[in-house]
Amino acid sequence: MSGNVQLLNDTLAAAKAEGRSALIAYLPAGFPTVDGGIEAIRAVFDGGADVVEVGLPHSDPVLDGPVIQTADDIALRGGVRIADVMRTVREAHEATGKPVLVMTYWNPIDRYGVERFTAELAEAGGAGCILPDLPVQESAPWREHAEKHGLATVFVVAPSSKDERLAEITAAGSGFVYAASLMGVTGTRESVGTQAQDLVGRTRATGTELPVCVGLGVSNRAQAAEVAGFADGVIVGSAFVKRMLDAPDHASGIAAVRELAGELAKGVRGQA
Amino acid sequence: MPSEFFIPDPAGQVPSAEGYFGAFGGKFIPEALVAAVDEVAVEYDKAKHDPEFARELDDLLVHYTGRPSALTEVPRFAEHAGGARVFLKREDLNHTGSHKINNVLGQALLTKRMGKTRVIAETGAGQHGVATATACALFGLDCTIYMGEVDTRRQALNVARMRMLGAEVVAVKSGSRTLKDAINEAFRDWVANVDHTHYLFGTVAGPHPFPAMVRDFHRVIGVEARRQLLERTGRLPDAAVACVGGGSNAIGLFHAFIPDESVRLIGCEPAGHGIETGEHAATLTAGEPGILHGSRSYVLQDDEGQITEPYSISAGLDYPGIGPEHSYLKDSGRGEYRAVTDDAAMQALRLLSRTEGIIPAIESAHALAGALEVGRELGEGGLIVVNLSGRGDKDMDTAARYFGLYDTDAEVAADAADTAEIEGDAK
Repeated sequence: MSGNVQLLNDTLAAAKAEGRSALIAYLPAGFPTVDGGIEAIRAVFDGGADVVEVGLPHSDPVLDGPVIQTADDIALRGGVRIADVMRTVREAHEATGKPVLVMTYWNPIDRYGVERFTAELAEAGGAGCILPDLPVQESAPWREHAEKHGLATVFVVAPSSKDERLAEITAAGSGFVYAASLMGVTGTRESVGTQAQDLVGRTRATGTELPVCVGLGVSNRAQAAEVAGFADGVIVGSAFVKRMLDAPDHASGIAAVRELAGELAKGVRGQA
Repeated sequence: MPSEFFIPDPAGQVPSAEGYFGAFGGKFIPEALVAAVDEVAVEYDKAKHDPEFARELDDLLVHYTGRPSALTEVPRFAEHAGGARVFLKREDLNHTGSHKINNVLGQALLTKRMGKTRVIAETGAGQHGVATATACALFGLDCTIYMGEVDTRRQALNVARMRMLGAEVVAVKSGSRTLKDAINEAFRDWVANVDHTHYLFGTVAGPHPFPAMVRDFHRVIGVEARRQLLERTGRLPDAAVACVGGGSNAIGLFHAFIPDESVRLIGCEPAGHGIETGEHAATLTAGEPGILHGSRSYVLQDDEGQITEPYSISAGLDYPGIGPEHSYLKDSGRGEYRAVTDDAAMQALRLLSRTEGIIPAIESAHALAGALEVGRELGEGGLIVVNLSGRGDKDMDTAARYFGLYDTDAEVAADAADTAEIEGDAK
């Protein structure tokens, strides 16, 4: 069975056709429990997310700030396994019909086996993967299997990426390009900053047809509207996780992420 | 004039242009760091071929560090080593008390060449942190050191030294709160501050070019030891023995001996409470290939690629990874790696102290324990060189608790409670 890269492409194209940015949300699998995590993802889709990235928690999340580190830690202490991540992808996708990606570090996939991982992710209805510590030069084995199974390979570009690297990365990637709005790890920020728009412009200047979506630091409707002014998609992670962490109980956490998704969905439609 | 102390690998066989030692190494880093890591590679390559760089580094290594370091024969210690002769390469006599200064001075010069004004580093036992803080004081660079919270307690003396030298010391509270987590936090800092900050990585791990560059700065250890041994004994050793955490002092000793096929290269990993207990940090003995901190190498991990928490009484060896060149040496059979328990290391620490008047670091004591074993295997006529990578001053609190060296019963009881807490933290 082939993965859902086409569904991802169609979803992003549909948002563009509506003259808006797409809303891409991130939540880790197994947080706060496997079923609780699935419920949270469904709530985020319900609130208006177009795409969800499911985090596969890692013991050493070097690109994540304290919020996602805390969530990963809760998930790992709860015993989350790759089979749970696959179930999360499957149930989130089947319940909504929407594209679901996995975001993780390279070692869990390398250890699990690239062929086994890509086959299982495609079978679960996954649309692709974001692997922020797998640079394009080391990515050939991954891309071969991802392509075979119909999965997107979403690469991250950073403000420090030189133009020639942007060309290499956009040529190798699929689905969309994840443009990091700033130099730093995940986490909410007061403002998005000026580097993001420049990076989106430089990425598009490579001539790529891939949508360019901006993440890192975006946490509220006003920021989403600002980013939507120049990017094809707005990626929000830590703000959702923080809502869950701050909630007094699970039900209010679910309500809080649904509400945030609704707010951000207005933002990506230019309603600041 | 060619450099006497900075002797980058003349063979140039490994790593490959992509930073691979056989199947190990590479550059598994976030895109945000690619430009900075590439810049380090380019600048290091330029520096390597610049006589002025070698001259500056040589000058520092002689007049600041005190190179060459002594080679000391230890006959009373060797009486316990099956009749083999044992020589110690005295990296403990370097300024700051360990081999770490060799690499730090090289990278600090590189930092200046790159025009960066701030340095960050991780540290386990605190020896790399102290050396880095020292170089930053010398060169007028801002300095932040990341250290696991468990380690800030068991190596409190080194925390004080770093602060005395003007560095900021950040106690890392994530994960196992030891060296691995300090490295994670340093990477997070680097991603955010890479425009003006150099990550002065302290071991032969990390993304290319760090494993090769750090090795090159430490090659002087083996180059000197080889020459000194030939002068003193007229022959090459049967074995070169060193402790391995990340592997920098070991590769420094081994590298010059790699072409000498008769010389066994023996790395001693921390077996902690014993491999069978699961409480150890013996990466090559018990790990599997994986990716940690930017390169592919052996890693202590579970069946789904989660890194497992290591344990060793030695903060400097308490790490679930290993430099990729060691993985290459292991798989090629050129290197041998064996595991040494906490207890064996502590016994060797006391033995060297009492037979030779040299108190080694607990890290180096793992190599000494390994040398005792190897000596018994070699028997009469054997010749062993051991890298005494650091001095034991920093470890006196741990050793005093371990051997009950404090005066009053009340103190001992309180200390035992603390030790239990620290060990509990490490699990």
